[in-house]
Amino acid sequence: MASPIEQFQVKPIIPVINFTNSSLFMIGAAAVIVGGLLYATRKKALVPGRAQSVAEILHDFVANTLTDTTGREGMKFFPFVFSLFMFVLTANLLGMIPGFFTVTSQIVVTFALALLVIGTVIIYGFVAHGVHFLHLFTPSGVPGWLLPFITVIEIISFLSRPISLSLRLFANMLAGHIALKVFGGFVVSLGTAGIGIALLSPLPLLMAVGLTALEFLVAALQAYVFTVLTCIYLNDALHPGH
Amino acid sequence: MAQAQTTQAGTEAHGGAHAADAAFPPFATETFAGQIIWLAITFALLYTLLSKLVLPRLSGIIENRRALIAKDLDEAAAMKTRAEEAGVAYEKALAEAKGRAQALAQETRAKLAAESDAKRKALEADLNKRLAESEAAISAKKTEAMSHVRGIAAETATAIVERLTGKAPAPQVVEAALEQAKA
Repeated sequence: MASPIEQFQVKPIIPVINFTNSSLFMIGAAAVIVGGLLYATRKKALVPGRAQSVAEILHDFVANTLTDTTGREGMKFFPFVFSLFMFVLTANLLGMIPGFFTVTSQIVVTFALALLVIGTVIIYGFVAHGVHFLHLFTPSGVPGWLLPFITVIEIISFLSRPISLSLRLFANMLAGHIALKVFGGFVVSLGTAGIGIALLSPLPLLMAVGLTALEFLVAALQAYVFTVLTCIYLNDALHPGH
Repeated sequence: MAQAQTTQAGTEAHGGAHAADAAFPPFATETFAGQIIWLAITFALLYTLLSKLVLPRLSGIIENRRALIAKDLDEAAAMKTRAEEAGVAYEKALAEAKGRAQALAQETRAKLAAESDAKRKALEADLNKRLAESEAAISAKKTEAMSHVRGIAAETATAIVERLTGKAPAPQVVEAALEQAKA
């Protein structure tokens, strides 16, 4: 039987251009997003149908999350945040289909996305506010003697953001998929172990069913968490010194 | 046994790094470059398509609906104002009509009262006139009757004396006696 971590193996499909199963599912996620949204909005109906309702709910959901955190001026990042949310959500959910590769269970992918977020924050922060952006590390109202320590802490906290952002998503997806595979493996192991023990095999099956539901929740929740944290970091770029 | 060991050693020797990678695929560094490149391509494509094509369309739909609802609400508010204005105008017209009707009623009543008053007065005058005429007639009759009283008294007195004495008294004497009795 395959090992629980075999599902995370990146396998080349077209080695010449480094096209792997990971690349395939990235492209697949993007295609599902763009195709799905275009299909849902094809009628541009005043009274939306089911598909268009879903598209509008996703749009309003991300827009509200963004404006709640950053205010109206945060809407300039809306396409970016929407792309991130949809990409992470779709990649997570595609990974739930048996046999499909989970792009977000690759630390390099989540870390690259986190770096993209932090890079956007840093570049926009400096472009929009110049040196004033560094006020992010010197909160107002702190006593003078405490300021160096606070500044060091703030810098460490800022630098640890991409790590925590990427590790959270990666670890959640990885752990969930391993747990599912392990319990699925138990069903087979117990079922083939002997007549008496085989009677126990429905137990891990029930567990796997429960875990599947939980993993769908985690897939959506982690996409949301990633998006909310992105919004909070973007708020720092929009309003440093708060 | 020895052969198995050799095979295992051979596998390890065959690719030291590969064995480590096989242990945990997400940390297989040789896949990183390819994944980053494809992620960059995919995400750039996704971002471009979403920001240039999908989101304007989606926002357009939502914005259109919002604008249409706002327009409809404005129209409804305008219509409500018009309806309220019409209501006020109706109330005014009604009040005016009521006022006119009241004035007309008042006028008619006054006219009728005046007419009946005049009729009554004419009737009263007529009655008064006839009353006065009757009174005058009565008073004339009374005077006339009174003027006959002396004559009757004189005749009666003459008749009584004649019966008593057998001889009619002289009219002068009767007159004088009547004058005396009257005094």
